Amino acid sequence: MLELDRVRVTRDGFSLGADMQLRRGQRVAVLGASGAGKSTLLDVVAGFQPVAAGRVLWDEADLTRHPPQDRPVAMLFQDQNLFPHLSVDRNLALALRPDGGRLSAPQQQARAQALARVGLEGLGGRKPGSLSGGQQARAALARVLLQARPVLALDEPFGALGPALKAEMLALVAEVAAELDALVLLVTHAPEDARAFATDVMLVADGQTHPPRATRAFFADPPAAFRRYAGDA
Amino acid sequence: MQKTFTLAAGLFLATQAVAQTPVLTVYAPDYFVSEWGPGPKIEALFEADCACDLQFKPGDLLPRVLLEGARTEADVVIGLNTDVTRRARASGLFAPHDVDLSALTLPVDWTDEVFVPFNYSHTAFVYNTERLQEAPDSFAALLEAPDDLRLIIQDPRSSVSGLALVLWMQAVFGDEAEAAWAQLAPKIVTVTRGWSEAYGLFTDGEADMVLSYTTSPAYHLIAEGDDTKKAAIFPEGHYFMVELAAKLAGTDQPDLADAFLSFILSEPFQSMIGTGNWSIPAALPQKDWPEGFQALDLPETVLFYSEAEAAALRDPAIEAWRRALSR
Amino acid sequence: MAARALALGAGSVLALAVLAPLGAVIWRAEGVAALRAADLAALRFTLWQALLSALASCLLAVPVARALARRRFAGRGALVALMGAPFILPVIVAILGLLAVFGQNGVLSRVSLALGGPRLDIYGLHGVVLAHVFFNLPLAVRMLLQGWLAVPAERYRLAATLRLSARARFRVLDAPVIRAVLPGAFAVIFVICLSSFAVALTLGGGPRATTVELAIYQAMRFDFDLGRAAALGLVQLSLALGAGALALWLSRGAGFGAGLDRTTPRHEPPARLDTLWIALAALFLMLPLGMVVARGLPGLMSIGADTWRAAGHSLLVALGSTLLCLAWALPLSTPRGAWAGLAAIALSPLVLGTGLFLMLRPFVNPFAWALPVTGFVNALMALPFVLRILTPEAQTIRQDFGRLRATYGLTGRAWLLNVFLPRLRRPLGFAAGLTAALAMGDLGVIALFADPDRATLPLQVYRLMGSYQMEAAAGAALLLMALSLGLFWLCDRGGRVDVGA
Repeated sequence: MLELDRVRVTRDGFSLGADMQLRRGQRVAVLGASGAGKSTLLDVVAGFQPVAAGRVLWDEADLTRHPPQDRPVAMLFQDQNLFPHLSVDRNLALALRPDGGRLSAPQQQARAQALARVGLEGLGGRKPGSLSGGQQARAALARVLLQARPVLALDEPFGALGPALKAEMLALVAEVAAELDALVLLVTHAPEDARAFATDVMLVADGQTHPPRATRAFFADPPAAFRRYAGDA
Repeated sequence: MQKTFTLAAGLFLATQAVAQTPVLTVYAPDYFVSEWGPGPKIEALFEADCACDLQFKPGDLLPRVLLEGARTEADVVIGLNTDVTRRARASGLFAPHDVDLSALTLPVDWTDEVFVPFNYSHTAFVYNTERLQEAPDSFAALLEAPDDLRLIIQDPRSSVSGLALVLWMQAVFGDEAEAAWAQLAPKIVTVTRGWSEAYGLFTDGEADMVLSYTTSPAYHLIAEGDDTKKAAIFPEGHYFMVELAAKLAGTDQPDLADAFLSFILSEPFQSMIGTGNWSIPAALPQKDWPEGFQALDLPETVLFYSEAEAAALRDPAIEAWRRALSR
Repeated sequence: MAARALALGAGSVLALAVLAPLGAVIWRAEGVAALRAADLAALRFTLWQALLSALASCLLAVPVARALARRRFAGRGALVALMGAPFILPVIVAILGLLAVFGQNGVLSRVSLALGGPRLDIYGLHGVVLAHVFFNLPLAVRMLLQGWLAVPAERYRLAATLRLSARARFRVLDAPVIRAVLPGAFAVIFVICLSSFAVALTLGGGPRATTVELAIYQAMRFDFDLGRAAALGLVQLSLALGAGALALWLSRGAGFGAGLDRTTPRHEPPARLDTLWIALAALFLMLPLGMVVARGLPGLMSIGADTWRAAGHSLLVALGSTLLCLAWALPLSTPRGAWAGLAAIALSPLVLGTGLFLMLRPFVNPFAWALPVTGFVNALMALPFVLRILTPEAQTIRQDFGRLRATYGLTGRAWLLNVFLPRLRRPLGFAAGLTAALAMGDLGVIALFADPDRATLPLQVYRLMGSYQMEAAAGAALLLMALSLGLFWLCDRGGRVDVGA
């Protein structure tokens, strides 16, 4: 269970509060206007953004002071999700062995399975730059799959893809998350992504993170702040 | 245990073996030790009878000895110039020699108790007869020469020969030295840090005349068979430049050091040093000089300041030079 | 964190390597002596010539590097490699090479005379600046070129797509590179020129061109006035650190984002003047080098065993220096580290050598330590250049991939071997080549540590000249240049294999 206990972040005159509990298996869409602090919230969870007050807990353990690499979080960024000078295989090997060591036979097998799982069989030798946008996203998902962390933090990772491809990737994320029994936090500004993907929706607006609500309930009766920025979506 | 003992015994024997061949450590100028310098020849000659190992340590001479102080490992320093003798003497690091100086054939009287001269030369402007048909025949003529006569000199603040030139001008022109420098200034192409740069530029044709030594032509004549390099001889006189050796007071090889100082005035050393160091032997009659040296143009008048006079004149003379050339 | 501890360690060693020798000299001198009026004049000239030299080198480097970055032509690689050459020549050799072109009897004067013109008069402030530009322009060009090559190809595609005007492209693409690289290059060149001595004096034409370093030399070797030498050394150090602080401030917050390493060709229209700039720079740099070759060829025959042995020592020193310098530089390759690195060349080599001598003397025989000390000092002297070269890209790598590293949870070792070093390969190769070449050519502090059996090649050149062996010296100098360039080319090339563009 991920708990944000009266967390407050301040940066350059900007301030964001969050106080909530999230469970494994939840797929939470983080919605909000541009600049509302969606990415900041993810950074707090992943450890890239220090907090001014409050605590971040995972299964009761206090993570507040832990650096990103010591948190149970795998993250997908808007771009640059793989090292561009290394082959996909090497990238995935590093996900399994962050000390750079050689993969054992079972690990190699796991890597091959992960590639197959995301539909990239036979492309492990390629460098990210030579893959298409969709293939890059898949390779990044394979990385997350192999990292097998209980929290997946996705910061608009498929923004560059077309709607069909994006929906396909989100479905893949949902599958991967189910396999890992992971909590997913997906930052997006597209309500349709949230409808298609998320079990819960959380709104970030006016310097405050609203506690998550079930997706259907959220869209049935959206908060005033959401209507303001989304029009009458 | 057994092993340790054998090792210790081995070390002991090794030190014994070294101890049997005493080492004479001689600090020398850098150019001494190249295969073209006099170092290897001196080493071979001296080691022939000394039953010792002569080791040259090239580099800075007096600055280094002064830094090291009484703990210097040098037994002898060779290649000192007269501009440092005062400072060296005052340091108390050098000991009087017991060499008989009566054999000296220097153009000046030399009775120094500490420093033994082994070769000498004079400052002179050297030129190439193919480029400069008529060199000035006096210092006054040099000053009067047209400004397209191009000279290269060395900086008196960083070079021994440059300092000698400043003293030479002082000796010739006295109070008028600064005015003389001002007259010379337009002809001076540039001033180099040391002799090597200046001479290199001269041989590349960058100037008509270069500040060097009266003995420079001997090198070209003997080593290259080239008689086109000449030193312009001035009746006003030329400044005397001598190279010296001295024994360290704290030497652990006093006998060898004395032997070395005597050796540098001996016939074998003196016959070698002419072509070994391209300077005139300090204790060899002119008839015994190497052949090319006999043909050298040498000055009638030799100018030389005692170390006390030179020390007193040095700073004002350099300052006059600086002022005149900075205009 | 470990990286921080390493950086602190490397920084402390650097501080110690600079301050301890200075301290040793002050301690031995029993204090710092007052400066003289002539020293102040020297200080003024030193500052002025260093400022002009650094400015000219940097300003001229911009169009040349820009042209080289966008032009592809046969021999470009060779030209870029040869650019390393002036920087590594022993001063005396470079002076002779320069004067063979620009001197009163030089190629240009002879051409001018043949056409009925006057002889060239190179001696004066303009000569000093010209010589310093000759030494340092290639360095600035290479640093800028490195900066331009590090701009992701995507940015050029974007600019092409947007059909940016030449002016807009300059503002968007070129200006940030210039702002990121040039202040650092300026500071490094300024600091090198601060300790110029023989070049400034000879090309300056006389005592008007007296620099602080000459005053230090005089104080140390002629007057044995260590107190005054230390005082002058302190002045030089403060000036250099001031220049460094200024450069750090000017170059703050510059840089580009990460790209995808696409090797697509760059979409840039070449500017009309590119060819002219490249030709002029090549001519300016190559002519004096050509003269060094021409002077040296006859002497190659007379290279003796001593010279070969010296060449071996120099190679050994160069390799040792390179390894040491890179190991030293990697943890320091941050903006702050690069600034601190300037301290390494800020101290007069004479003060450094004397200080090291005083420090080592009670414990070891300085003669036996000639080569290790030379290697160490050369590594130290190369450090600021290496840091200048590595830092912009090292910083970019950290910025671009720091978050990715954290999300992978890479260990320090895995990061170093899989990401940092591979991505840094191009500047690393260049830096290694430069260090190796510098270590070959630098006379450093060997004067106090010289040993007849352990001479390096530059020292051998001086020894030969001191014994009237001008031809053999020219041959040895040519050998030195060839070896240095060879080393430079090997390392630099090693960094560019497989890397597109």
